[in-house]
This record gives sequence, structure tokens and C-alpha cells, in this order.
Amino acid sequence: MLELRAVTAGYGQFTALWDVSLRVEAGEAVAVVGPNGAGKTTLMRVISGLVRPRTGELIFEGTRLSGRPAHEIVAHGIAHVPEGRRIFPALTVAENLKMGAFLPGARRAFAESLARVFGLFPVLADRRHQRAGSLSGGEQQMLAVGRALMSQPRLILLDEPSMGLAPVMVLRLFDLIRRVREEGYTILVVEQNVRQVLKLVDRAYLLEVGRIKIEGRADELSEQDFIRKAYVGL
Amino acid sequence: MIDPIFLLEAAINGVLLGGVLALLALGLNLIFGVIDIVWIAYVDLVMLCMYAVYFLVTVYGWPLAVAGVVSIACGALLGLAVHLLVITPILATPPVNQLLATGGLLFFLQSFATFLWSTDHKSVRLALPSFEIAGIFLPSTRLIPFAISILAMLGLYVFLTRTYMGTAIRAVSQDREAMALMGASPQRVYLVTSAVGGAMAGLAAALLSMQYSVHPFFGAQFGPLTFMICVLGGLGNMVGAFVASFVMSEIISMGGVIMSTEMGYVIAFVVFIVMMFARPGGILGARRE
Repeated sequence: MLELRAVTAGYGQFTALWDVSLRVEAGEAVAVVGPNGAGKTTLMRVISGLVRPRTGELIFEGTRLSGRPAHEIVAHGIAHVPEGRRIFPALTVAENLKMGAFLPGARRAFAESLARVFGLFPVLADRRHQRAGSLSGGEQQMLAVGRALMSQPRLILLDEPSMGLAPVMVLRLFDLIRRVREEGYTILVVEQNVRQVLKLVDRAYLLEVGRIKIEGRADELSEQDFIRKAYVGL
Repeated sequence: MIDPIFLLEAAINGVLLGGVLALLALGLNLIFGVIDIVWIAYVDLVMLCMYAVYFLVTVYGWPLAVAGVVSIACGALLGLAVHLLVITPILATPPVNQLLATGGLLFFLQSFATFLWSTDHKSVRLALPSFEIAGIFLPSTRLIPFAISILAMLGLYVFLTRTYMGTAIRAVSQDREAMALMGASPQRVYLVTSAVGGAMAGLAAALLSMQYSVHPFFGAQFGPLTFMICVLGGLGNMVGAFVASFVMSEIISMGGVIMSTEMGYVIAFVVFIVMMFARPGGILGARRE
């Protein structure tokens, strides 16, 4: 479904990703884990078009998307839930979801998408007239995911969904992501919470200092000694 | 002691003036809120549109209403032109460049208008009736602009809250990058914003033509006042700008009757300076997010 071939990217003089290749098959859930500053967020931003790759290719469902701007890439079916949620705080919950359906195709399916999002996150239906900035952190993350679903994506990019959430909320959120997955969406997730995310996904990549160090099935990776020591904390 | 009836009349005139000022302030504030650039030459676009109204009405004999529609279209086109020709090339550079460029545009437009049309004051000279209710004198040249301004601002409100593009304009003012992730091209949102802001300048031009004559330095008459209202209301804060318009117009109008027209402006500017120390975030406080 999604393929990155030897992508190098960065900001100005700084190179954040070196020669990164990665695949996500339709229906899969894949994680990218790694320490702070490994380039995980840059990787997500390259895929959604917020950062233009210097070299390498980005192919989604057979179409070459490298170098296309973000507002075009979302129209191909990739929705990015950015780091820090980035909801529109002064708009209401309903208006945030409406903006998720900004594309003409998504507007036509608005009512249907809204029903699906409210089915997954009933709390958003209860709070639809509230300003998004007044929601709790967990609710804001649900809104960010719901907003992404409104664009009718096939692939969802989740960047640090558990960031800044209370431990109880983190567990609930991972449950919700599991349910989103069961709805048939393909998921690529970046997480610091390695132990939880490896329970959720099929495969994972370990990214360190801008390079892919290891890739493999999630259950095998969580068995590997150095991952356990370094990230899982067992 | 001044006859209370004059004070009441001044208060009403203040409200009527406030409507058109609010239209200008909201137009300028809309552009600033979304693109983060103050169009120093905003009221000079109004001046150009007023010339269009003047020539259409006096030279070609068009009805003012039709000339007003043309003026709105002119304003929208000028707004697009300013964004494409002046703002886009320097959008990514430090903000001082954008101030200098739109400031330079102001001097260019003033000089260009002087070159083309001389410094003569030109007026459409309307013969419209006035009403007298309980001794208060209400000219239609003020009532009509007020009513149309209020309707236009209601229209803007509906556009910004009910439509996809209007809501996207508000969303971009909060998080430009997140809105790109929703599929909205930032440049397209900027162009729509500039066109709407320009159209509001065009409408204001048609309304101001009913009361004021146009000359190349018309922008100097209303530009600083419009900018001051935006700052007083909190830059980018639409509700604040709306309230501030009426505060300023009341001060000018009441001060004009109690003392003199000049003193009205003096008091308004003093209030502005004092408010900048008392509430630097605008009269509604720092509500920008």
C-alpha cells in the first residue's frame, strides 16, 4: 500500500532521515519506534507532505507522491494525526470534524463519516458544541483521530498519540486505536510507549539517529533483549 | 450647556459612522488574522474603488447601486492583486518586509491617483432625503450605509461560521499547517481571504461615497483610524474590532459636538494611547489563541 524507497530528508543543513526504506501493506498496523530525536516525526511529515524529501521515493497505492504538497496527499487517502494533536482550539468539536471533511469527496460523505466517528468516540457527540480547546487531553486526541477519519482515508498516520496523556487514558486510547483498526483502516503509528504499541501492531521498525536499525514482527521484536532493556523497561 | 437633543443626535451619528468603520476594520482584521500581515494600504484600495464609483456615477451616469456592485468586484480583484503581486513573493520573509511593502504600496497608490486624477476632491453629489424624528436629523446618506454595513457584516458572520471555506479561514488563522493536512491549500485560503477583504473595501468605498468626496489622500483620513480600531479591538479579534469601531466613532462624534471636530479626533487618539498602556491585548483582553 505504502512504500518509502531510500528517503533522505531534513531541515536546512540538518539531515533527520538517512536512506529510510519502509513498507506498509493494506490492512496492516505498523509501528515506528525509537528514542527522542530519531527522526520519527520527520518520517511522518515526509509521508504526509509537510516535509519534502531530498531524495528517494514515496509511493502510495501505485502512485508516486514524493514532493507533492500536504493538501494534495490527503486527497489520495493518507490522513496524518500530527504530534501534539493540533486541533483547532477556538473552533467547536463539530467544526473541527467538519474541517476534517474539507475535501469535496469527503463533504459528500459527511453525514456517514460523522456517524462513524461518533460511533467510535461517543464523547465527541456529547461535546460537539463545545470549543475544542476546552476538551481534556484524551478527548482532544480522540478529536484529532476523528477529524482524520472524516477525510475518508485508507491509511492513518498517528504521531505519538499517547503523548501527554495520563496512564489510564493511554490504555483507553490504545483500545480505541485497536477499534479503529478493526474498522479496516491501515495504520502507521509512531510511539515512545514501546511496550503498549508492540501489543497493538503486526510489525515494527526501530529508527535510531535517522536510520532504520531493525525491522520485524512485533512479537519477535518485543522478545529481543536490547529492545526490552532500552525501551520496554523489563 | 449643550442641548441634550444635540448630544442624542451626536450619539446616533456615532453609531451610524461606527457601522462603516466596523466594515473597514473587520476587512483589515480578517486579512491580518489569517495571513498575519497588516495591509497598510488597505484604505487606499477603498480610495481607488471610490474613484471607480465616482466615474461610473458622474461620467457614465450609472445608478449608485450598480456602481456599488462594480466597486465590490473591483475591491475583490484589487485584494487578489495585492496578495499575488505584493504579498506572495515575500510571504516567507521577516514581517518587517511585508509592512514596508504594503506601506510602499500606499505611497505608490497615492501618487498614482494624484498623477491620474489630480488632488481635486471629487464627489458623486447625491440628492437623498433626510428624516426628522422628534427633532433629530437623520440623513439617508448615513442611514443607508449603516444598514448595508450591518447586513454585510452579518453576511460575513454567516460565511465564516456556516460554510466550509469560511470555517477553513478561521481554522487557518489558528493552525495553518493542520489545515493543509485537511486538504486546504494555504494559498487558496489566502486568496479567498484577500478577495473577501478586498470586496469589503469595495463595499465600504460605495458607502463612503455617499458621504465623503474622494481625493488621492483619502486613505490618510480613514487608514490610521481603521488601523487603530483593529489594534484597540485586539489584532485579529473580529468581535473586538466590531466593538472598538463603535467606541471610537462615539468618541469622535460626541467629542465633536461637545468641543470641536478636531478635538473629537484628539480625544480618540488619547484614549487609544491610554488603552494601549492599560490593555495592550485590546479592549476584550488577550483572547487570541
